[in-house]
Amino acid sequence: MALTREQMAQRVARELKDGYYVNLGIGIPTLVANYVPEGIDVMLQSENGLLGMGAFPTDAEVDADMINAGKQTVTARAGASIFDSAESFAMIRGGHVDLTVLGAFEVDVQGNIASWMIPGKLVKGMGGAMDLVAGADNIIVTMTHASKDGESKLLDSCTLPLTGAGCIRKVLTDLAYLEIEGGAFILRERAPGVSVEEIVTKTAGRLIVPEHVPEMSF
Amino acid sequence: MAGLDKRVYSYEDALAGLTDGMTVLAGGFGLCGIPENLIGEIRRRGVRDLTVVSNNCGVDGFGLGVLLEDRQIRKMIASYVGENALFEQQLLNGELEVELTPQGTLAEKLRAGGAGIPAFFTATGYGTPVAEGKEVREFDGRQYILERAITGDFAIVKGWKADHFGNVIYRHTAQNFNPLAATAGRITVVEVEEIVAPGELDPAQIHTPGIYVNRVIQGSFEKRIEKRTVRA
Repeated sequence: MALTREQMAQRVARELKDGYYVNLGIGIPTLVANYVPEGIDVMLQSENGLLGMGAFPTDAEVDADMINAGKQTVTARAGASIFDSAESFAMIRGGHVDLTVLGAFEVDVQGNIASWMIPGKLVKGMGGAMDLVAGADNIIVTMTHASKDGESKLLDSCTLPLTGAGCIRKVLTDLAYLEIEGGAFILRERAPGVSVEEIVTKTAGRLIVPEHVPEMSF
Repeated sequence: MAGLDKRVYSYEDALAGLTDGMTVLAGGFGLCGIPENLIGEIRRRGVRDLTVVSNNCGVDGFGLGVLLEDRQIRKMIASYVGENALFEQQLLNGELEVELTPQGTLAEKLRAGGAGIPAFFTATGYGTPVAEGKEVREFDGRQYILERAITGDFAIVKGWKADHFGNVIYRHTAQNFNPLAATAGRITVVEVEEIVAPGELDPAQIHTPGIYVNRVIQGSFEKRIEKRTVRA
């Protein structure tokens, strides 16, 4: 069975380490905050200028001056700090964020990522995504392995305009966890009940399958 | 408005000198921390062919979105747009030009502009459509692109409190691009919720020192929420 969005978030959350500063993108990455393992404390960075994002507010706590990068109302946790956008991106571009999780349309074996623009469709903008992928060492891309039409999103070379070049090393899809190394995807884990064959079929880019590919457990 | 006293008492005076074709830098992220009343005054004045620099372009009927209604914006420099239908329509019609800029690059362009730095190298955007036509240089084995700073004829800024001298503090995440825009305007106009006497703000807590600010005005604000999200 392919992973659910929640299981994907759960799997990503296992990469969190105590003391990490983490930036979570919109969509599945946002859900990671719900699965921070017990005994681990992380600070969530929101690129509009908040380090230490807390839970959503109660009705009474809603404050128009307190939002996250997805423009949702949020709270600040104890120990949070708030700053301007240049400071926020100094953290991101200066490589101070320990883990960045974001979605994508395509990833390729060179670590290129395309996530913001589909030619012919209206382009809304890259927001902070180009800064995040250029600035972080440790990035996990979360996306479905293939499109709804069955087209693989793991390619030898991205077909869409890039968000960043050569910056992705880890990809979690609904079928597998893969690393990118030496011009290939390396299959590290597979979703419960998903066969190596299925992953091979749905991976268009060069794929290395180690002898033993453990199954994820939840 | 005399000497160090930056106070003005009408929005008309706040934007005196704003004319067609100027570049306006606007603070705000989404609808958070936007200079609502100064945007309203731009609309009232009917100036056209503006270049507007702002992270976003408001929504239909609120924020910078209202400047689209009478086609006052010729060019928008932003990181994320399209939260409004009118924007899409004018973009597709070719009535509006858009320069999409990565959010961190946009913030840094304003910071550099305000700090007298004409350009800077950044890894952001290298190898992407953003890099087209830009100088590339390698430092320590990594590729960077040259980005130009931004300055504007006017900066319109939303603060929380200011004193007579234009020292400003912002509230929570309504800070965002505001202090950056404030540094990069030839004329910087700040509207705030409360103007207090000099000495009432803690000097160590000032976000925007008054040297950057030319005019300050007290207003009242709707502070519309774009995505009200609550927990049970």
